[in-house]
Amino acid sequence: MATQIENPAADPIYVTDALIAEDIDAYLNVHQHKTMLRFITCGSVDDGKSTLIGRLLYDSKMIFEDQLAALEADSKKVGTQGQGIDFALLVDGLAAEREQGITIDVAYRFFGTEKRKFIVADTPGHEQYTRNMVTGASTADLAVILIDARKGVLTQTRRHTFLAHLIGIKNLVLAVNKMDLVGYDQARFDEIVADYRAFAESIGVKQFTALPISGYMGDNITSLSDNTPWYKAPAYFGRTLVDHLETVEVDSTREAAKPFRMPVQWVNRPNLDFRGFAGLIASGSVKPGDEIRVVPSGKTSKVARIVTLDGDLEEAVAGQSVTLTFADEIDCSRGDVIAAAANPPEVADQFEASLVWMADDALIPGRAYWLKLGTQMVSATVHAPEYTINVNTMEHCAAKTLGLNAIGVAQVATDRPITFEPYTDSHTLGGFILIDKITNATVGAGMLTHALRRAQNVHWQALDISREAHAGLKNQKPAVLWFTGLSGSGKSTIANLVEKKLHALGKHTFLLDGDNVRHGLNKDLGFTEADRIENIRRVAEVARLMTDAGLIVITAFISPFRAERELARGLIPDGEFLEVFVDTPLEVAEARDVKGLYKKARAGQLENFTGIDSPYEAPEKPELHIDTTRLSSEEAAELIVDRLLGVWMPVI
Amino acid sequence: MTRTLTHLERLEAESIHIIREVVAEADKPVMLYSVGKDSAVMLHLARKAFYPAPPPFPLLHVDTTWKFRAMYELRQQMAEISGMELLVYQNPEAKEKGINPFDHGSLHTDMWKTEGLKQALDLYGFDAAFGGARRDEEKSRAKERIFSFRTASHGWDPKNQRPELWNLYNARKAKGESIRVFPISNWTELDVWQYIHLNDIPIVPLYFAAPRPTVERDGMLLMVDDDRFPLKPGEEVRTRSIRFRTLGCYPLTGAVESTAATLPEVIQETLLTTTSERQGRAIDKDAGGAGMEVKKQQGYF
Repeated sequence: MATQIENPAADPIYVTDALIAEDIDAYLNVHQHKTMLRFITCGSVDDGKSTLIGRLLYDSKMIFEDQLAALEADSKKVGTQGQGIDFALLVDGLAAEREQGITIDVAYRFFGTEKRKFIVADTPGHEQYTRNMVTGASTADLAVILIDARKGVLTQTRRHTFLAHLIGIKNLVLAVNKMDLVGYDQARFDEIVADYRAFAESIGVKQFTALPISGYMGDNITSLSDNTPWYKAPAYFGRTLVDHLETVEVDSTREAAKPFRMPVQWVNRPNLDFRGFAGLIASGSVKPGDEIRVVPSGKTSKVARIVTLDGDLEEAVAGQSVTLTFADEIDCSRGDVIAAAANPPEVADQFEASLVWMADDALIPGRAYWLKLGTQMVSATVHAPEYTINVNTMEHCAAKTLGLNAIGVAQVATDRPITFEPYTDSHTLGGFILIDKITNATVGAGMLTHALRRAQNVHWQALDISREAHAGLKNQKPAVLWFTGLSGSGKSTIANLVEKKLHALGKHTFLLDGDNVRHGLNKDLGFTEADRIENIRRVAEVARLMTDAGLIVITAFISPFRAERELARGLIPDGEFLEVFVDTPLEVAEARDVKGLYKKARAGQLENFTGIDSPYEAPEKPELHIDTTRLSSEEAAELIVDRLLGVWMPVI
Repeated sequence: MTRTLTHLERLEAESIHIIREVVAEADKPVMLYSVGKDSAVMLHLARKAFYPAPPPFPLLHVDTTWKFRAMYELRQQMAEISGMELLVYQNPEAKEKGINPFDHGSLHTDMWKTEGLKQALDLYGFDAAFGGARRDEEKSRAKERIFSFRTASHGWDPKNQRPELWNLYNARKAKGESIRVFPISNWTELDVWQYIHLNDIPIVPLYFAAPRPTVERDGMLLMVDDDRFPLKPGEEVRTRSIRFRTLGCYPLTGAVESTAATLPEVIQETLLTTTSERQGRAIDKDAGGAGMEVKKQQGYF
């Protein structure tokens, strides 16, 4: 039976049957060396998107006889092309979609020429499928934006272009389709391209490639069409769609020219003699002998080997999965990034990001989500958006949250610093997903634009003199004695006695006293809850630096909140943080009132005073519990020193 | 100067990345090993991902007792070469009832494969299972994610799949839930053959043409692999030069007449052929055009 296929590309330039039949080894050799391009097609059903993909599959002989037979039968049953083949049916996958006649998800298609293998992400065009398009675009080297020549630039064209640009696709192709239905009119094509250029430039698209095509008729797909002789003039691109797809530069080639970065996926340790770091190289290249830096620790070493099953490599480049070993035994684990030593990526914990929301449940600002970036998984919160972007008009709108398919710009804070690069520099270190902690669903995707803290340019320096070395010189073990208790409980008195005793024993100590710190380091802070938390955070950070220097640090602050003390504990290595609860009943402390503060507080002259109008949360499991109603200051200090230096004594 | 990676290098790197992500994030992964050419490639990629260590998970073969004998031989051989533990699971209920492809039709696939797979995953408590499915094989697979989330009862909901952006995969799940992971999703049949050729990966000899005992039935050419094959009246066993494009249970797998005895010849034939790969399998023909989609929702791979 004769099948109606319009202009079935009698001799497509990329069908190589002859070589397959004559010399299969030569053919295999050609195909072993071909490259790969991933692209996305954007447009709605009406633009002929599925027809174009079907045409590419058909012309590259990716449709087999049995599929073609099924297609012919289907075309007659539900097709929209009369008795002709409805290529769209080839690419509509799921049963539900075939009934509705729309593509509702991302489908991936494959075809090849002798120069390249192609992976096409076929995504729906309607606004309610923005998330699907963003998903398909995230792995694409190129986007084909389809326009119906009869309709010109539509709202959806602008939306697709904006999304492709947002996700960072460098190669945009404007395919003005259905040229057969406008009589292959040059003026019409020029008009559409001019309209499109005006819009594209307004959103920052620097470059695109425009082609007049007909997916249905096959014009300018694999061979230049006689129907558009004007297209061969120098003012036009003048090449076919397939020719362009075969030769355009792919992203991984561009990435290879950037500085070396490899997020560590897995530490390979089969035995004590081998320790390899496995990952996919995000950018740059690496050779044995190269100086590398592990971020965030900042430790440096040299690459010893690039290990693979097929033998060690002399060099590996962006896009390859490898296992590296180092010349030195340095710490490195999943989530770390191995980078060029002289040019490492930045580390920060607060960012501005563009977000695409992908879940039915709207974003809840301030709520914690999992954030996955590269191989790092951290807890993160998103602030209320600064604005959302109307994908049809490009207008910025005020919003308190992001609903399904909404796109906005917001601040993101992570619970610990992460290694990152702006998305425009690195999709691997700038692109992230957000995961709901309860449902485990992927609810959003984001692209980091920049860090919000100045610390971004301060690189953590791995120091050759370690904290152990500092402490060893002083012949002591660093520690933090964190005193907590009500005002007037006796913290400062006991802390002073402890320091004197330690000093007498030849120990290197430093006492951080609440009042003294507030006169210097923290003089910009008041007594609001936020300021009190910041006060404690700074003290804890200073205490940590001092323990790194090998000191025994004694702090004497009321520190009334459990959460702050836990924060301080979290900053100090395990076993070095000793919480000392100086337990004095409120009435006893108030009766002593050494500084007259209780009196003032009772008189309403002092706000937020602990014990009076602000709570004191007593420690639940302090390392040391000092009951000042039973112990003198001298006895308490003795007990603390013995506990610190490891002399066991029963609690009196 | 930088070079552009070839398509096979990019595919390989992507698959290795996927396999490592699963091992890093799942509690108890397993690789479903069907002994076919796709499994062979997947296993090879796993070995590359963790070299010089063996892959840190076992191989699971959900057996129907009706595979080709040559497949059982290669299975043992590959377990030894890879240094991985090989688990073989046979659904005890199917075994007891003597379910077979000759008498029980689609029940054979349901009980041995779909049910057998669910039982095995539950028995061992695997929370992530690698499978060698490719998106070019079948329409519903073209839309399945690389990390395909399954409910505690192993169901697949095509309308509620997690978005997969860049190369970021979300492996988080609640207790009892699991993920099926398809590391070679983006490979085509030709890619698989080329990779086997380039890397010299051992495959079952049935992929190469040789004279074998065959019976023609329902338009398919079946191989008489052992004496359990009941002949219908009028059928006769004839020796033909055949090979297989895909391997499953021998009474359900159609052969093609061929003289392609080397890998390049097989690839040559594949490229010149005019029928799609799964055409030789009975499973896709159930339930109209949506056969595989329905099977997947029920828990089939």
